[in-house]
Amino acid sequence: MSVLVYVEQVDGKFKKSVFEAVSYAKAIADKQNSNLTAISIGNVDEQSLKELGQYGASKVLNVANEQLKNFVNQAYAAVIAAAAEKESADVIVLSNSFSGKGLAPRIAVKLKAGLVDGAVEMPQLEGGKFLVKKTAFSGKAFAITELTSAIKVIALNPNAFGVKENPAEASVETFSPEIKPTDLTAIVKEIVRATNKISLPDAELVVSAGRGLKGPENWGMIEELAGLLGAATACSKPVSDADWRPHSEHVGQTGIAISPNLYIAIGISGAIQHLAGVSSSKVIVVINKDPEAPFFKVADYGIVGDAFEVVPKLIEALKAHKG
Amino acid sequence: MKILVCISNVPDTTTKITFTNDNTQFNTSGVQFIVNPYDEIALSRAIELCEGGKGTVTVVNVGESSTEPTIRKALAIGADDAVRINALPRDAYFTAYQIAEYAKTADFDIILCGRESIDYNGSQVAAMVGEFLDIPSISIIKKLDFDGTTATIDREIEGGKEIITVTGKFIASCAEGTAEPKIPNMRGIMSARTKPLQVVEAKEIAQLSSVQQFETPAPRGAVKLIPAEDAAKLIDLLHQEAKVI
Repeated sequence: MSVLVYVEQVDGKFKKSVFEAVSYAKAIADKQNSNLTAISIGNVDEQSLKELGQYGASKVLNVANEQLKNFVNQAYAAVIAAAAEKESADVIVLSNSFSGKGLAPRIAVKLKAGLVDGAVEMPQLEGGKFLVKKTAFSGKAFAITELTSAIKVIALNPNAFGVKENPAEASVETFSPEIKPTDLTAIVKEIVRATNKISLPDAELVVSAGRGLKGPENWGMIEELAGLLGAATACSKPVSDADWRPHSEHVGQTGIAISPNLYIAIGISGAIQHLAGVSSSKVIVVINKDPEAPFFKVADYGIVGDAFEVVPKLIEALKAHKG
Repeated sequence: MKILVCISNVPDTTTKITFTNDNTQFNTSGVQFIVNPYDEIALSRAIELCEGGKGTVTVVNVGESSTEPTIRKALAIGADDAVRINALPRDAYFTAYQIAEYAKTADFDIILCGRESIDYNGSQVAAMVGEFLDIPSISIIKKLDFDGTTATIDREIEGGKEIITVTGKFIASCAEGTAEPKIPNMRGIMSARTKPLQVVEAKEIAQLSSVQQFETPAPRGAVKLIPAEDAAKLIDLLHQEAKVI
């Protein structure tokens, strides 16, 4: 028995959400008295792979196959499942990232494993049961899900567990499973990524704005505030529907659900669909000129005031704070 | 060209979520059910791709007879025919297996669904169907073009997108941007009543997961209000009290 964690690389580097998944997988391995193996696919240097030991991985399988340089859902899932079989893994952990959401279900079917995605807590192992808490109804509730299969797959939500150091010596081993040509038919032609922006789904801090901003030309101050905080920017549904901001920034029930440490909502009234996507944020700040805005009911801190007066003051204060 | 669109029957987005039977069951009393909004995007794109006689769109739902109004809504939006696989969906594994088994009986070129259902939020079905059928699956897409042989797809990634091409059969799960959701018109609603809706029986498969209990999020404490003129104080509070910056 062992625990296997998939460590997703972006341009040869690991993000914080990967260290978080490794920390989580290590905690499960400790509970089960088993070892933790990580599997990396793509070109990552030896030193970065060894660094995974810092969070508790005792072995790292490195798949450096030129055909797998870019993400191919079908082939990556086959490689991870092959690694799970090689390591006799009974628990497989992934980040619930965009790629993780595509991989976990395929791995689960290959291994006839039960799957929990959007996990927010450590599994509870009581009386021989394996229970995992996950988000449901777009953040309006949680579902405690029991996995009854021999092998279990868990996709962990970003910012749900945190990064925990647990130093171990990690050995790096080359792993070269056979790749079926039919697993490589979806081809990545191009990757377009804004490198100067913080990605929203796994951001720790998020500054979000709504219709109260009156128009797309007023987002300069939102971006400045986010830039000073090191936060990602987000928006409400009416804003992305009006094309003021891209759909990828829309948080809420029909956009993306996020759980940052800090969510600042500016000029967003707080409709139930919006709250669903952000209610698991740890700290919520609401800035709205309407004291009756429903968002204040779920906020930790609130400022009743005009965004065009309040936000510049926050920017000044932040500059002074950092100064 | 034949496109299959998988639709899920979910509570309306304005629903206040409550549970019964000691928090083990979702309370459906008074709840309005709709076509899962993301599946509606997938359906709308499928209809666009088939416009002008280029193909047909079939919708499939795994559900009991109570989901038929939702299926009729999909037909009103513009699907040509529908299939209901008669079972209460147990989990994504069960649902995906039923869809895959049905898809094997008909020769679909493309299978589409929404990026996730807004009830259990699993974005599992698309990739599971892909695995059961051993075809490529592309999860969470925001653009889909098809020239008759090759599909060009934008897949969402953290901070950007990947542009992917696929030749041959595939399944994709659609997010916002893939299409503007279509609204049924009167003609669509009238014709939906007579469009074919076939019912097939579900097949048995082992159950691997089950929800044991639901919880609602813990209520937050009262909001701490800061006067607008002292807005700068917020930064201190976030730093010293909340310790998030």
